[in-house]
Amino acid sequence: MAMLTGAEIIWECILREGVNLVFGYPGGAILPTYDALSKYPQMHHVLVRHEQGAAHMADGYARATGKVGVAIATSGPGATNLVTGIATAMLDSTPLVCITGQVPRSVIGSDAFQEIDVTGITLPITKHNYLVTDAAELAYTIKEAFFIARTGRPGPVLVDVPKDVQNQKVEFEYPEGEIRLPGYLPPMTTSDDLVASALELINKAERPIILAGHGVMMSGAVAELRELAERAGIPVALTLLGKGAMPEEHPLTLGMMGMHGTAAANHAIQQSDVLIALGMRFDDRVTGNIKTYSPDSKKIHIDIDPSELNKNIRVDVGIAGDIHSVLKQILPGVKPTQHGAWLNQIRDWQEDTDERDIIKRDTGETLYGAQVINDLWRFTDGKAVTVTDVGQHQMLSAQYYAHQRPATMITSGGLGTMGFGLPGAIGAKLGKPEEEVWSISGDGGFQMTMCELATAVQENAAVKIAIINNGFLGMVRQWQELFHGRRYNETVMFSPDFCKVAEAYGIPSRRVTTRAEIEEAIAWARSIEGPTLLEFVVEKEEMVYPMVPAGADLHAMLRRPKPGEAEEAK
Amino acid sequence: MVYAQQTMEMQPRKKHILAALVENKPGVLNRVASLFRRRNFNVDSLTVGRTHRPYMSRMTIAVDATRGDANRIRQNLYKLINVIDVAVISNEPHVSRDLALIKVRSDDADSRNQLTELCERYPARIVDIGPKVAIVEITAQEDIVESLIAALEPIGIVEMVRTGVVAMGRGIRILDSDYEPMLPSAANGNAVSIV
Ligand SMILES: Cc1ncc(C[n+]2csc(CCOP(=O)(O)OP(=O)(O)O)c2C)c(N)n1
Repeated sequence: MAMLTGAEIIWECILREGVNLVFGYPGGAILPTYDALSKYPQMHHVLVRHEQGAAHMADGYARATGKVGVAIATSGPGATNLVTGIATAMLDSTPLVCITGQVPRSVIGSDAFQEIDVTGITLPITKHNYLVTDAAELAYTIKEAFFIARTGRPGPVLVDVPKDVQNQKVEFEYPEGEIRLPGYLPPMTTSDDLVASALELINKAERPIILAGHGVMMSGAVAELRELAERAGIPVALTLLGKGAMPEEHPLTLGMMGMHGTAAANHAIQQSDVLIALGMRFDDRVTGNIKTYSPDSKKIHIDIDPSELNKNIRVDVGIAGDIHSVLKQILPGVKPTQHGAWLNQIRDWQEDTDERDIIKRDTGETLYGAQVINDLWRFTDGKAVTVTDVGQHQMLSAQYYAHQRPATMITSGGLGTMGFGLPGAIGAKLGKPEEEVWSISGDGGFQMTMCELATAVQENAAVKIAIINNGFLGMVRQWQELFHGRRYNETVMFSPDFCKVAEAYGIPSRRVTTRAEIEEAIAWARSIEGPTLLEFVVEKEEMVYPMVPAGADLHAMLRRPKPGEAEEAK
Repeated sequence: MVYAQQTMEMQPRKKHILAALVENKPGVLNRVASLFRRRNFNVDSLTVGRTHRPYMSRMTIAVDATRGDANRIRQNLYKLINVIDVAVISNEPHVSRDLALIKVRSDDADSRNQLTELCERYPARIVDIGPKVAIVEITAQEDIVESLIAALEPIGIVEMVRTGVVAMGRGIRILDSDYEPMLPSAANGNAVSIV
């Protein structure tokens, strides 16, 4: 058996998980691990500019590839800088393993230089975490960390390793064999009784609707979802993170549901008689007022996490299990059906929406964010991976970019983390170099992590960056317009000349101010090999419609007025 | 459309007792406490102690909650990696005990007589007595403990400590696990404290 240091064991174990790309930033307490890196040339380490970027890149990498993302940071400030990224991964259930350095064991608890209780800080925002106090336990712990991160409902796991444990030499034998964690994994399949109850509802439904979330893609149930929808003629509404679970150009797909969902999806949810929720969690941004949510429907909820069942919405058939496995159980009993009248009703809602759509209007010289996203979708043939930041441009990306495949919409949904976009896109691009990756951000969020432009250049990560610049913290401005008497306190924002910023990093860039220029600019950006940046200067007071005000009934959407109608909101 | 749906809050609240088998590792109590705070569950009492297996401890958690909430607590506890098994003990026939040490005024004949008398009526005894105060110990079901406390109140309670409820299912309702840890430090339960 070989004698290895804790630091070497860390790299050995990460490599054995099939991960050869990690994101990190060195410092005193993690230095032994960085020192050992030179022994592992097969490992590619991406040096970020801020540890938050490392966590977001690992997250974007994980979402794009389906593998576990790895972020590494030093103790104290390095570890605390990871926190926002860890919380982002937690709320969106992305598999992450974060390795942090810690002060030596002998001084733990003494407020030593750069000592912080990172397992304490991250306790509520990790799926699990560890402080490793003996190098002999490192290999098993890291293996368990990866196992926990990617199985069941995935999530971030943090492993805190004191500096002297990294230096400690122990006999290394990779723990082959399975991880045993009693009471950890819920059953994959479900009982015949529950299958029968679900089928009873599905087969008798007159106005059914499927709500598809992130879990559908994570369990690999995309084909089964489509089969269920097509066989039983059931329309599918998607959560923000569920985008890609069903091809959006499919006639049964209604687009996103919820606060900025499509009117058709929201009305259909409210009026349905059977609601089939798959791998989603009835977040308040999805339900609106839960007291009036889908009042006449019987509800089936399938999720890998039993604690999600009956959490926000009381359901009639709650099934804890893997969506892929459970759908496989259900599908043989699903009768081929058509719901003509129901789908016609849905068409009517969709036509009404078409009349209101900003895309169909001549807006003259004024450029709208919606037009930019719509054109981006058109000119990339709907094939790009879009990684967004948070705000209006994010909702517009959900509305106007029709995603056809899983893992092509990458966005911070649960935490709504501004600053996620650019690092998330870099991680996605490095994980999937063959994909065309677009980073879509607002002028506000972009400035939160734009230091990672340097990382993109250093790694030659060919992300295509689109900044939708409305001169405002747009989404907050929208709330101020609607609910705070247009008092735009602290949402007007000065920004640097983004093209000059790009130039400073050696990134080619262009500014676009009219709709006519979009096509050419996108073609230009795509034609360039490395990272490029496009700044779109858009209407300052653009609104994202429809909008369900927070806490309002899901059907009580504020709508964009039809041409000729008075604006209702201003 | 008429919108009316029963919401979760409409179930009655009552006392529920959960028992959790947990790995005897550092930080486990912290994880459980953090879960209750984060999910906004109200804990009446939480006790923890060793079991007959060196690497496994058992927690008893009493909560004031609806039946739905008790179930959610069970499922959330179950999600913690260090939690081996969980049961809502109070859903089935069970035995529960709370222990209290109550220091009461005993500086005259009258108070001393009352104490002796109460200790005959209740499963309680005087474990320490001096010229000024006495300590009464009671081990009983929680409501009996409450009743004794109420009875002692007029005499003059000066200090009190309670363990919180511990509970066990009756008969062959057994909450145990033959789980064995993979790592040496966890198996060495005596050396590791749960907090
Ligand atoms: C880290 C963080 N801080 C604050 C917020 C609150 N917030 C949500 S959207 C938004 C405005 C975003 O503005 P911008 O990045 O310019 O995008 P836009 O909405 O204009 O598209 C803010 C401040 C947040 N989501 N995340």
